[in-house]
Amino acid sequence: MNLSIQVEVNGKKHKSNVEARQLLVYYLRDQLRLTGTHIGCDTSSCGSCTVIVDGKAIKSCTMLAAQVDGSSIKTIEGLAGNGEMHPVQEGFREEHGLQCGFCTPGMIMTAVDLLERNPTPTEMDIRHALEGNFCRCTGYHNIVKAVQYAADKMGKEVAHV
Amino acid sequence: MCSLIGQPVKRVEDRRFITGKGRYTDDIVLPNMTYAYIIRSPYAHAKILKIDVSKAIAMEGVVAVYTGEDIAKAGINGVPCGWQVNFNTGETMKEPPHPLLVKDKVLHVGDSVAVVIAETREISVDASEMIEIDYEELPCVTDPLKAIQKGAPLVHDIAPENKCFVWELGDRQKTDDHIAKAHHVTTLEFINQRMIPNAIEPRAAIGDYDATNEKHTLYTSSQNPHLIRLLMCAFVLGLPEHKVRVVAPDVGGGFGSKIFHYTEEALVTWASRQLGRPVKWTAERSESFITDAHGRDHVTKAEMGFDKDGMIVALRVRTAANLGAYLSTFSTAVPTYLHGTLLQGLYTTPAIHVEVNGVFTHTNAVDAYRGAGRPEATYVLERLVETGARELGIDPAELRFKNFIPPFDGVTQPGYQTQVALQYDSGNYHAVLERALEMIDYKNFRKEQAEARKQGKFLGIGFSTYIEACGIAPSAVVGSLGARAGLFESAQVRIQPTGKVSVYTGSHSHGQGHETTFAQVVADKFGISMNDVEIVHGDSDSVAFGMGTYGSRSLAVGGSAIVKSIEKVLQKGAKIAAHKLEAAEADLEFANGKWTVKGTDKSIGFADIALTAYVPHDYPQGLEPGLDFSSFYDPTNFTYPYGAHIAVVEVDVETGKTTLKRFVACDDVGNVINPMIVDGQIHGGVVQGIGQALFEEAVYDDHGQLITGSYMDYTMPRADDIPMFEVDRKVTPCPHNPLGVKGAGEAGTIGSAPAVVNAVLDALSSFNIKDINMPLTPQKVWKAIHGK
Repeated sequence: MNLSIQVEVNGKKHKSNVEARQLLVYYLRDQLRLTGTHIGCDTSSCGSCTVIVDGKAIKSCTMLAAQVDGSSIKTIEGLAGNGEMHPVQEGFREEHGLQCGFCTPGMIMTAVDLLERNPTPTEMDIRHALEGNFCRCTGYHNIVKAVQYAADKMGKEVAHV
Repeated sequence: MCSLIGQPVKRVEDRRFITGKGRYTDDIVLPNMTYAYIIRSPYAHAKILKIDVSKAIAMEGVVAVYTGEDIAKAGINGVPCGWQVNFNTGETMKEPPHPLLVKDKVLHVGDSVAVVIAETREISVDASEMIEIDYEELPCVTDPLKAIQKGAPLVHDIAPENKCFVWELGDRQKTDDHIAKAHHVTTLEFINQRMIPNAIEPRAAIGDYDATNEKHTLYTSSQNPHLIRLLMCAFVLGLPEHKVRVVAPDVGGGFGSKIFHYTEEALVTWASRQLGRPVKWTAERSESFITDAHGRDHVTKAEMGFDKDGMIVALRVRTAANLGAYLSTFSTAVPTYLHGTLLQGLYTTPAIHVEVNGVFTHTNAVDAYRGAGRPEATYVLERLVETGARELGIDPAELRFKNFIPPFDGVTQPGYQTQVALQYDSGNYHAVLERALEMIDYKNFRKEQAEARKQGKFLGIGFSTYIEACGIAPSAVVGSLGARAGLFESAQVRIQPTGKVSVYTGSHSHGQGHETTFAQVVADKFGISMNDVEIVHGDSDSVAFGMGTYGSRSLAVGGSAIVKSIEKVLQKGAKIAAHKLEAAEADLEFANGKWTVKGTDKSIGFADIALTAYVPHDYPQGLEPGLDFSSFYDPTNFTYPYGAHIAVVEVDVETGKTTLKRFVACDDVGNVINPMIVDGQIHGGVVQGIGQALFEEAVYDDHGQLITGSYMDYTMPRADDIPMFEVDRKVTPCPHNPLGVKGAGEAGTIGSAPAVVNAVLDALSSFNIKDINMPLTPQKVWKAIHGK
């Protein structure tokens, strides 16, 4: 069975036909060709597919495309604005928070969500927030530092306003 | 211009990854592409009685279904093993075929039985459920010790007692004598458990046949595209190499598991030719668990003899290494030449003997996983040394210092000849342990530990001082040891007419940051900006040849090949510069991107020479135009990084839970090009070792089912399991390669696991627990404490 959905992704409106069983992650990757959102497992464990739906980080392999009808979605491709990196993206580069890059989009989206909720996280806050995202390369050390970098930068930006 | 070598330059490749613009194999969509789904055996050992594919073929959207029968009819060979390890009697290794699809008998859960190719991924999966297969289940064996017992179910008829080989190294008689006469013998019997590499990108492959020029392209998530091309062309499909292109685009981690030539790569390449359409296969994670080559899986008895002063006098090791049902590409080398040869460790042990049974079982293949054999050797040594220290009442750090090989630089002093074939290049082993002890503040730690104990807290400290053989290695040497490939590396350095530089390397980056580190080397040597250097890798049509990335070899071998080409460019450039400057070549010096006539202000820049080479109007007579050089570098020896790792843990004796409080690492990986990247390699490697020590284990039940076949069952280390790391390094340059580098990719994993286990046992010293098998889960630790 096919369903018609309307969804805004990275500020762009889409009207799509999706199979009822279609997972959101396949809709993003196959239909919209936003391949920055990755698939790393089939048990909603690894977090590589994390995107932000209506302001909340979710694993897009646990949602059906049909469920996002009327929603607004942000993926890694939509995070940088006007050629400027989001502070979390910048933090990952500055602190060497990535190696192979496969888990990185999901990590970044989870970290963006964390900093929305908690702008001044402790190291343990960051580690707990990221425990649903697997990274096999970095040992998490520099990912934690990347998120701290972003928190500091975003804090300073707020202070300047 | 300051040197780029040794600078923590931010990575060039990051921009595409942090913006979602990476291009991994599964991201590639080709016109008219089809999707493959592989039907895998649910049984560990069974006869295939009947396969009925008719219902699947009749489904709308199904393009083709192939079975083992089709593969056999097409005369396609299986995937080969790349290393021959014979029996110690001289008898040839038992080498069974590994077909792309099995025809008669499946040999492990996950064995490939049929492939459905359809217009969409969904249809391929739906159709797979319409295929009817009748199996007759047969008895199976998964444990290597049980497999070599008489009467055990046979995996292959050609391999009696399921033995692939029995291999030995060292002096058996001398070792037995020394053990017999030793003042004290420490014995451990343990399992170095099976691990699942779990690169976060599941494997994927796309075959794309172009009939108009009879060209095959294979996109694959591989660590070494050229080797895949060689093996697939020469041994499996019988294709001419010049008509085959293999591309490994962005690859989401490998850790060894993507070195090997997998059946799926040949299958999609072959199927694409049959269908005249691209065929994509992407593993589901549950498939990765049962088909990505696993790691470790040794059952070991090891004995270390000491004299009355605590000097190690002998080491005897007996291991049964589980190879799985089929021989993966380097599977036979891992428990032998990458394990037995490292049993000298950092110690002056005068007698060593190791015997390894390579055993077939009804399980998925086992092959190189980060460290590959060297973590197994290090675990044997470091657990024995620490247990021996406890039994002898000697401080474990002191026992190590007493037994360390004295410092040698490999230049003015010779390399160190071990009892197990290798000659170490250079090292100062005392220095790394001294530094690590300083970092952890060892003296005060013991006081803190005693204080904590009074308050009912169980703190423990554990050491591991390791050495590894990396940068593999001289082709002639590995060839004499059974390798069926050379282990050199190639590099082409092409100077473009405007002075920009394209470098084509046979090394492959899947997280290691070659696009940065290699560019640093090139920019530094030419005195140009890193922005003017492009590193190209992972495509057999661009890069002449390559042996790929594994064994911490990229910079030591691939980087050295680049340096060779750089030198050729500079030599030819000097000839052109001498002509332009009207000076003798001997009077020129090259620095900061220009050739200068010594003692004058006459100079000419790198870009001007490049342009002159391509616009050779005013040019040295007889010199060829162009500035473009290829080199092959075959090292003269392995490199030998080493280090000291120290873990501090707290064990909750009520729950058995271990908390890692601190982890200190002081490694010597030779010269360092980019310390940021090296530290990152250490961090990641350490966590894979911690994962083995505390969390991860592949478990097969008696029916051969992998009962840890998902992330719900297999415990991956998570962000909140791990502390921040304290890392430092010492530098003893490698004396035999031009960069003086040794390799950093595997160090963390090799060093860390025994440190963590030793720390837990130190915390529990009052309970008189000699050993707990990894992983040290709360259940196991609790049982060990409470004796249940």
